[in-house]
Amino acid sequence: MLDIKGVSKTFYPGTPNENPVLHSVDLHLNDGDFVTVIGGNGAGKSTLLNIISGAVLPDNGQVLIDSDDVTWLPEYRRARYLGRVFQDPMQGTAGDMGIDENLALAARRGQRRGLSWGIVRTERDQYKTLLQDLNLGLEGRLSTKVKLLSGGQRQALTLLMATLKQPRILLLDEHTAALDPKTGARVLDVTQALIEKYRLTTLMITHNMREAIRYGNRMIMMHEGRIILDIEGDDKQKLTVEDLLHQFERVSGTELDNDRMLLS
Amino acid sequence: MFWIIQSAISQGILWGIMALGVYITFRVLNFADLTVDGSFALGGALSAVLIRSGVHPLLAVLIAMIGGLAAGFCTGFLNTKLRIPGLLASILTQIALYSINLRIMGSPNLSLLRIDTLFTSLADIGFPERWVTMALALVFTAAVIALMYWFFGTEIGSAIRATGNNPMMIRALGVHTDTTTILGLVFGNGLVALSGGLIAQQQGYGDIGMGTGAIVIGLAAIIIGEVLFPQTNFMLRLTGVIVGAVVYRIVIALVLKMGLRSTDMKLFTAILVALALYLPTLRGHARQFSLRRRNGHA
Repeated sequence: MLDIKGVSKTFYPGTPNENPVLHSVDLHLNDGDFVTVIGGNGAGKSTLLNIISGAVLPDNGQVLIDSDDVTWLPEYRRARYLGRVFQDPMQGTAGDMGIDENLALAARRGQRRGLSWGIVRTERDQYKTLLQDLNLGLEGRLSTKVKLLSGGQRQALTLLMATLKQPRILLLDEHTAALDPKTGARVLDVTQALIEKYRLTTLMITHNMREAIRYGNRMIMMHEGRIILDIEGDDKQKLTVEDLLHQFERVSGTELDNDRMLLS
Repeated sequence: MFWIIQSAISQGILWGIMALGVYITFRVLNFADLTVDGSFALGGALSAVLIRSGVHPLLAVLIAMIGGLAAGFCTGFLNTKLRIPGLLASILTQIALYSINLRIMGSPNLSLLRIDTLFTSLADIGFPERWVTMALALVFTAAVIALMYWFFGTEIGSAIRATGNNPMMIRALGVHTDTTTILGLVFGNGLVALSGGLIAQQQGYGDIGMGTGAIVIGLAAIIIGEVLFPQTNFMLRLTGVIVGAVVYRIVIALVLKMGLRSTDMKLFTAILVALALYLPTLRGHARQFSLRRRNGHA
């Protein structure tokens, strides 16, 4: 499925701002894995996701998706493997375009775009059904400009777009962090439902330990550019936040520095 | 007076094609493209030189348009492949085009007196002379609007719109934004040069300075159009740009009639556009003010 082999990354090498963010990270995801990623500030979580998506290229190491080496493939060319949802609700959708147009753009992810219509009538019916399942009342507002939606609605729509053409891997980068807790929970429910519906292999960064424990079949914790914990199956089910904190202190030798993580 | 207005309308429609080109780069692609001044003059230069050497006027206009496509490609290439910021990339192309246009024309001004143009040849076959410009302008504009309406509804066109709106998102959906940026600039400048080619034939000369300030006129047309046609669909917005260009021309014609010199027009246009760009802010201030008053704070 996904194989990350010895990936390292240093930002601003050779300058006073030199910042090593990943140290020879190895990670293997099995088909259907739903992995939550947790870790302190600057642990390298987002960089890891960006290296998978191609937004950042590694200094060395390899990224393989379905045993295709995509390490040096530009971002737009690996889009066919990946569905992505970002932290900022503005980032995943085109605000000046309609809900239907955004979905139509996503329906053509990774395909050659030609001179046929950007959206056809049968698609609209399909989108209506899918939006109905979201239960956010968007099904009657297909041509509404996305910028008029709330943050939660935009994130739910971005999720729908990311999964519309089922991706090999779904990458979620703290996609509920910018939402209020209630909306965030709702979006997480949608996330869970879509992942189950399509049995998607998923990598989800979260800063919320409870969420990291509750969702997914596997959890990795990162610290200073390394994966320091990798827990799956029954062990993960039995975890508590307390355990997690102890484990973290034991493995990393420091206390957790992420205030957001501790407070949530 | 009637004929002044009528002529201003015809002129406005022809300039409107240029404004539609600016609409593509400025509004659709969200790219401040100053290539326009150069590609407009390029269109005029090519069109003038070609018909003087006996090329069919229609073919001359089409070749002028192809010149504009190339100019847009240059700016796109500088911006996306060499990573030069858009504004600067387009200024470089514009400056380069000044020399190129002089080379093409051989002199700063080329008269088309007693040479068949699209406009004179239509008049020659008996079309009422005073209406030729308007009729031709309308035909070209209708074709351009239809083309734009179709193109921006296609998959590629939608991807270009999304590039202007949220490049990061559309890259994540597998679109190479370098390509869409270049395509948008190519299309936009093609229309600008087409307009330049038509106007050279209509006014009867090509001039090295004919494009100077074209970008500002394009912006004026777009903004006037948006004020007159707020919140409408794409077809009406495109039509609004043409209407904006026409209104602009009428205002210019009236101001000239009132005795302002034609060389004052650039200053006048700059002030007009500055005011128009200020309009949204002004509305915001006015709203704030009335809210404060209503709540008894002022």
